[in-house]
Amino acid sequence: MHHFVLAAIGGGLVGVAAIMMMALNGRIAGVSGILSGVFTQGAGERLWRLLFVLGIVIGGALPPLLNADFKPPLPSAGVLLAVVGGLLVGLGTGLGSGCTSGHGICGIARLSKRSIIATLTFMTAGIITVTLLRLTTGG
Amino acid sequence: MGKLLAALASGIVFGIGMAVSGMTNTKRVQDFLDFFGAWDPTLAFVMGGGLLVTTLGYRFVLRNPAPLFAGSFSLPTKTDIDKSLLIGATLFGIGWGLVGYCPGPALAGLTYGYAPTLAFIPAMIAGLLLAQKIAPKI
Repeated sequence: MHHFVLAAIGGGLVGVAAIMMMALNGRIAGVSGILSGVFTQGAGERLWRLLFVLGIVIGGALPPLLNADFKPPLPSAGVLLAVVGGLLVGLGTGLGSGCTSGHGICGIARLSKRSIIATLTFMTAGIITVTLLRLTTGG
Repeated sequence: MGKLLAALASGIVFGIGMAVSGMTNTKRVQDFLDFFGAWDPTLAFVMGGGLLVTTLGYRFVLRNPAPLFAGSFSLPTKTDIDKSLLIGATLFGIGWGLVGYCPGPALAGLTYGYAPTLAFIPAMIAGLLLAQKIAPKI
């Protein structure tokens, strides 16, 4: 299957997950917010968050078990760059109240002005970063 | 119990979506962000598929008085475009571009056993905790 089709199917599954989370638990399926809550919320709010996170890890493991084509190549960033990037992603999504799923999918689906602005902002910052990265490293 | 199983099931579907869509492939994500270079539009299809399904689904779901396993819908209430939102989204975009991971795909890729992924996740959690500390000061 062409990777555009797989991308649309994968995106659709993310949408199904977001609908499940809203219809069943009344929550936005925002990964950064839910992950953060695993460490910061009180006892009664922790377990469902942990299970959602665990579900993503399990779900991510499944497609490559069925078809090796779903296993992506090694990220090109080294460990040090991955740590810097991870810190920025955590800090940024924490301060900005959301990431690609919470703002980019769930927020825009609700036509939230904050989410539309946040998505345009992180997309623009990402485009500038990759453009500069590739200009400087040639990769 | 229903609430816990629902969270697990939603997470599993989410994770499968990540792996199927190509979001776990950091090169493909960076190629999508390489708008002025070797642009790869694949992730626009992920976003399009996700938005189409979620926008339609939310219309139906939010017509109900309450979700199945909770007393009410917990929807974000903030509406102002504040400094935290803009600074946060900018920092997130920089980190996303540097590595090619946002939070969901990094978690979905945990079991692939790649060192950069295993380094990214704890750093991201540290960043989320740091944000809690400094958010009141912005």
